[in-house]
Amino acid sequence: MAKLTREALENLRKENVHEEAITIMVGMGSCGIAAGAKDAYDAFVEELAKAGLDDVVIKKTGCIGLCYSEPNAEVAVPGMPRVLYGNVDCAVARDIVKKHIIGKTPLEGPNALRSGENIEIDEKQQRIVLRNCGVIDPENIDDYIRREGYCAIEKALFEMSADDVLGELKTSGLRGRGGAGFPTWLKWSFTKEASSDEKYIVCNADEGDPGAYMDRSTLEGDPHAILEAMAIAGYTVGASTGVIYIRIEYPLAIKRLEIAIEQAKEYGLLGKDILGSGFDFDIEIRFGAGAFVCGEETALLASAEGERGMPVPRPPFPAVKGLWGKPTVINNVETLASIATILRNGGEWFGSIGTETSKGTKVFAVTGKIAHSGLIEVPMGTTFRDVIYTICGGILGGKEFKAIQTGGPSGGLIPADQLDTPIDYENLQALGSIVGSGGMIVLDEDDCVVDVIKFYLEFSVDESCGKCSPCRIGGRTLYNMLRRISQGAGKLEDIPKMKELSHTMQKASLCGLGQTTPNPVLSALRHFEEEFMAHVVDKHCPAKKCKGLVSYRIIPEKCIGCTLCAQKCPVDAIAGKPREKHVIDQEKCIKCGECLKACKFGAVKYE
Amino acid sequence: MISLEINDKKVEVPEGTTILDAAREAYIKIPTLCYCPDLPASGACGICVVKVSGSNKMIRACATTVEEGMKVITHDPEIVNVRRNVLELILSTHPNDCLQCPRNGSCELQTLAEEFGIREVPYERRLRDLPCDDSTGSIVLNPEKCINCGRCVTVCQDMQNVYALEFLGRGEDVRMAPAADANLQESPCIKCGQCAAHCPVGAIYEHDDTKKVWDALADETLHTVVQIAPAVRVAIGEEFGYEPGTLLTGKVYTAVRELGFKGIFDTNFGADLTINEEAYEFFERFVNGKGALPLITSCCPSWTDYMEKFAPDFIDNFSTAKSPHEMLGVMAKTYYAKKMGIDPSKIFMVSIMPCTAKKYEITRADEMFASGYQDIDVSLTTREFARMIKSAGIDFPALPDGEADSILGEYSGAGTIFGATGGVMEAALRTAYFAITKKELEDVNFTAVRGLEGVKEATISIDGKDVRVAVAHWMSNIETVLDRIRKRRDEGGEPYYHFIEVMACRGGCVGGGGQPYGATDEIRTKRAAGLYRDDEKSTFRCSHHNTSIITLYKEFLDKPLSKTAHKYLHTAYKERRQYLH
Repeated sequence: MAKLTREALENLRKENVHEEAITIMVGMGSCGIAAGAKDAYDAFVEELAKAGLDDVVIKKTGCIGLCYSEPNAEVAVPGMPRVLYGNVDCAVARDIVKKHIIGKTPLEGPNALRSGENIEIDEKQQRIVLRNCGVIDPENIDDYIRREGYCAIEKALFEMSADDVLGELKTSGLRGRGGAGFPTWLKWSFTKEASSDEKYIVCNADEGDPGAYMDRSTLEGDPHAILEAMAIAGYTVGASTGVIYIRIEYPLAIKRLEIAIEQAKEYGLLGKDILGSGFDFDIEIRFGAGAFVCGEETALLASAEGERGMPVPRPPFPAVKGLWGKPTVINNVETLASIATILRNGGEWFGSIGTETSKGTKVFAVTGKIAHSGLIEVPMGTTFRDVIYTICGGILGGKEFKAIQTGGPSGGLIPADQLDTPIDYENLQALGSIVGSGGMIVLDEDDCVVDVIKFYLEFSVDESCGKCSPCRIGGRTLYNMLRRISQGAGKLEDIPKMKELSHTMQKASLCGLGQTTPNPVLSALRHFEEEFMAHVVDKHCPAKKCKGLVSYRIIPEKCIGCTLCAQKCPVDAIAGKPREKHVIDQEKCIKCGECLKACKFGAVKYE
Repeated sequence: MISLEINDKKVEVPEGTTILDAAREAYIKIPTLCYCPDLPASGACGICVVKVSGSNKMIRACATTVEEGMKVITHDPEIVNVRRNVLELILSTHPNDCLQCPRNGSCELQTLAEEFGIREVPYERRLRDLPCDDSTGSIVLNPEKCINCGRCVTVCQDMQNVYALEFLGRGEDVRMAPAADANLQESPCIKCGQCAAHCPVGAIYEHDDTKKVWDALADETLHTVVQIAPAVRVAIGEEFGYEPGTLLTGKVYTAVRELGFKGIFDTNFGADLTINEEAYEFFERFVNGKGALPLITSCCPSWTDYMEKFAPDFIDNFSTAKSPHEMLGVMAKTYYAKKMGIDPSKIFMVSIMPCTAKKYEITRADEMFASGYQDIDVSLTTREFARMIKSAGIDFPALPDGEADSILGEYSGAGTIFGATGGVMEAALRTAYFAITKKELEDVNFTAVRGLEGVKEATISIDGKDVRVAVAHWMSNIETVLDRIRKRRDEGGEPYYHFIEVMACRGGCVGGGGQPYGATDEIRTKRAAGLYRDDEKSTFRCSHHNTSIITLYKEFLDKPLSKTAHKYLHTAYKERRQYLH
C-alpha cells in the first residue's frame, strides 16, 4: 500500500461504501466476546449465507458500553430506524436475520433495547472519548478515516504551530483523566520547553482499578484515536517516538493496537515524513505485567525501561526527566482519546461542556448493585443521581442506594445525601474522594462499608510495590486493624490510631498509591461513622456482611427437625436427629449461609 | 546560586543542592535513614520529610533539589510526628533484639529510635520468619532485620555492577535477596562486602571468624602468627574514637602482641613482594613481549572473582602474582618456618584485612595451599579485629607503639600505599621503572593515579616509551575500561592500555567492605591520606629497596619470577559460572 498524500486521505474520508447496504454491527470488545459475541457473530454469518444475503455488511465493532446486555448487535436497514439489540445469543441472531433483515420487521420484546437515530446513548450522555466505540470496525483504518480520522493531525501539521495546539488545549481546559486532573496543556508545555535531543510521548494504558475498564474499551474500540493523539503530542512537544505501556492482560487491546499501528504505518500516518509534512513519528508497545503501581508515572517508566516497577521521588517530573532520562509526556488513554476531537472542533467547543473547573466529558465504568452496569460518558457536572437513576436504570432489584465508591482504591465513598452533587474534580475531592480513572461501584443497603473498604485496602496492600515504609508497613497495619474490627475485635482506641496512621501514610508515602491507600478508610469514617462505630463498639454489622459479627441460629419453636440444614452444612456444624430440634455449633460454623437458604420453615435466624 | 529560606533563615546554595544538604546551612541536620551520601537518594524510608510553604504535601529532603525562592519548613509538630510514626512502623516489623545484634552501637535505626525517644511501638508486631544466608563464609544476610532501605541492592547493582542482590516479592513481602532467589554462594556475588558496609542495620554483616582465632590463640601447640593489611592501620582508630586516617601501625602491633600472637608480620611486606613479582611480570610483557597486555593487577579478590565470572576474556591479562596476604602466608609457612625451625603444620596464620572477600580468597584455588597447608588459616576484617581488642579489654588508645617481627615485617612506602586506589599502580611503577631502566626514579610520586575519581588515566614515559596506565575502583567503573581494551583488541594494533589497576571497593581497600562503618568519600580520602603520610616518612619508598625482601630472594626465592617464586607466589584463574545452579 502506498503512503497517503493529503489528497488521497481526503478521498478516503469521502468514501462511504456502507451507506446503502444493510449493516449488522456486533459488539466484540473483550466483554462482548466473553458474553458470547463470537457465537452470535458466527450465527449471523451462517444465517446470512443460508439466505444467500451476501450483500449484507457484517462488522465487528468495539464495546458500545451496555455491559448488562452483552452481546449487543446493531442492525441498520436503509430506510428503517436503526435498532440496537441486547443479549443476542445464536437463536436471537438467527431471528434477527429472518425477521428484521429478511422480513423487514424488527424484533420486539426484551432483546430490542433501543431504536432510532441516536441509539448509542441516551440524552444525558455525550460521546467524545467513546465516539467511535461500537460504531467503527477498530481493525479497519478506513472506517476510522471515514469518521474524520487523522483530520486533527493533518490540521495540526499543516495549519497549526506547536503553540497553536497548546493554545487550543489550554482553551479546552482538558485535564488529565488518569487521576490527578493536571491540566494537559501545561504538562505538554513543560516537555515542549525542556531542551533535549530526544523526547518521548508515553500512553499510560496500565489501567488497574478494580471495576474500571474504560481504557481497555477505548483501545479495543478506537485504537487509531490514541495513535493520532500521540502523534499530535509528538508534533507539539518535539518528540518523534511514542510508547504505549499496556498491561499484558489486555490481549485484545494489544492486538488491535498492533493492527492499527501497522495500518497507520502502511498509510504513512505514522513513520517518516507524515503526509509529506516532514514530521516523523513512530509508536512502539511495551508490556506491563499487571502491577497496579505501574500506573504511577515513575514506576511505569521504570517498568517500560525493563527495571522493577518501583516509583522514584518526584521532582524531577517525567515532563523534564522521563523515559531513558529524557523529557516525556505521559498521558492516559482517555486523555489522549479527547485530543483529536478537541483539535477538530476547537478548544472553545470542548470548554463549553462541563463545569467551571472541569471541562469536557468523563467516561465512567459503573458497576456494582446497578441495574444497567456499563460504560457511560457524561459531561462533567452530571449528578450522581442522573448517572445512577437516569442513565443506569437505578439500583439492582429496586433496593435502596447506600453509597457510590469513586476513584477505585484511591477514592472514597459518596453517601446518599450527595446524590445531587455534580461530578467534577473539586466536588469529589471536597467529599474526600477523587474522580480517579473513572470507576464507580454502586453499593446498596446490603453492603457493609467496613467490608467494602476492607476490600479496597486489601487491594492496595497487595499492590504496594513495597519500596517505602509508610505504604509497605502502614498499609498492612491499617488493613489488619480494619480486619480485626470486622471480626469484632476492634477497640475504641483503634479509631484515633487509624486516623493518625492514615495521615502519616498520606504525608510520607513516596507515591500516589501509598498516599491514597487510606482514603477509603477516612471517607468511611467521615460519611459512615455510625455504621463504622457499630462494628467497633456494639460488635454489630448492620448490613450483616461481616462474618465475624453475624451468627446463624436455629429458632427452636420453628424447627421441625427436617435435617435439611444439617445435610447442606459443609462443615457438619449442625447437630440434631430427625424430627428433633437442631442446633448450630457456633465454633464450627463458617457462616456460609447454606442453612438459611436450605430451611423451608424460616427457622434459621441470621443476626 | 539558589536563594531560599529554611525555617525563615535565608540560605544560598549552589544549584542542584538537595534540601537535606541546604539545611546544614541553617544548622539543621534532618534525620535520615535510607539515605547514604554514596548513593542516589531513593526516598524509601520516609523519615526525612519536610514541608514547603504553599503546599500541604510533605516531600523528601534527601531527594528534592532546592528551587529559587523556596520556603522550607524542616520541623514542626506535624512533621516530627509523621517521622516518629514512620519510625514506629519500621520498628513494628523489626526484631528489635539490639543486644544480640552485630550492629549494636553502630545501627542507624537504633540511633534514630534513641533520638526520637521511642519507648513503645503502638502497632501490632509482625516479624518476617526468614532464614539467615551464611553460604559464602564471607558475608551473612539476615533478611529478618532488613528495613528495605535498598542501599545494598543499589550498591550491588549500580555501584558494583554485580546484580547479586535484588528485591523480590511485593507489598510487605518485598525482601532483599540474592538474585533469582539463589543463596549468596550460588549467586554472582563477589564478596566485596559493600552491601554490609552500607547496610544501616544488622541485616548484612561479615561472617564472624573471631572464635577460630581465640581458639587458636588458646592452643599452646600452635604458633599463631598475624599480619596486618595496609588499610587497617588508618581505619581501626575510628573504632576507638580517633579521627579517620590516623596512622596507628605501632598500636596495632602492640595490640596483636597483647592478644597473644607469637609472630607479628605486616601485609605491607607481602605487598612489596607482590610488587617485585608483578613489576618483573610487566617487564616481561612490556619489554620482552612475553604475555598479554595490558597487565591487570589481581590483588583484589573481589575483582578476580568478578573477572572470572563476568570478564573471563581477560584471564590472560591478569597478573598471576598472588595478593600480598597470600604471599606472606606462604612465606610464613615455608621460609619463616624453616628459618625459625618451626613445624609449618603448627603455624596458624591470621590475616587482618579491610575486606570480606579475603575470607573467600584463602581457599579460592589450589595455589592458596602452596606451602602444603592452607597458607592463611583465618582472615579477619577490621571490625572483627576491633571487637577482639575490645573484648580482651585492651585499652587501645593507651597502648605504646610496638614493632613487627623481622624477616616478614619490614615494609617500604610502596607497600603501604597498596591500601588506597592507585597505590598498587604507583608502587608497581616505581619498581617497574627500575626493572626496565636499571635506574632509580628521582621523584617516586605518581600523583595522577591518586584520588577518588572513578577512572584515572596517565601516560608515563619509561626509557623513551610511553606506558599508558589506568586505575579503576568500585566495580561499575570497570566495564568502560574493559570495553576500551576489547575494542582496541578487536581492531588490532597497540593495546589501549599497558597496565591497569582495579580495586572493587570505592577508594580501594581503605573503603573495603570489612572496614569500620560509616565510610564516606571524606573518610576514604582521610584514610588514604594517612597511608600517603606513611609512605612519605618511610626510609625506603620502593619495594625493591626493602632489605628483607632482598634477603628473602637471596636466601630462598632466587629472583623474581624464578621457579621457586612461581611455585609459591603465583596463582591461576579460570572461568567461573555466575550462578552455580
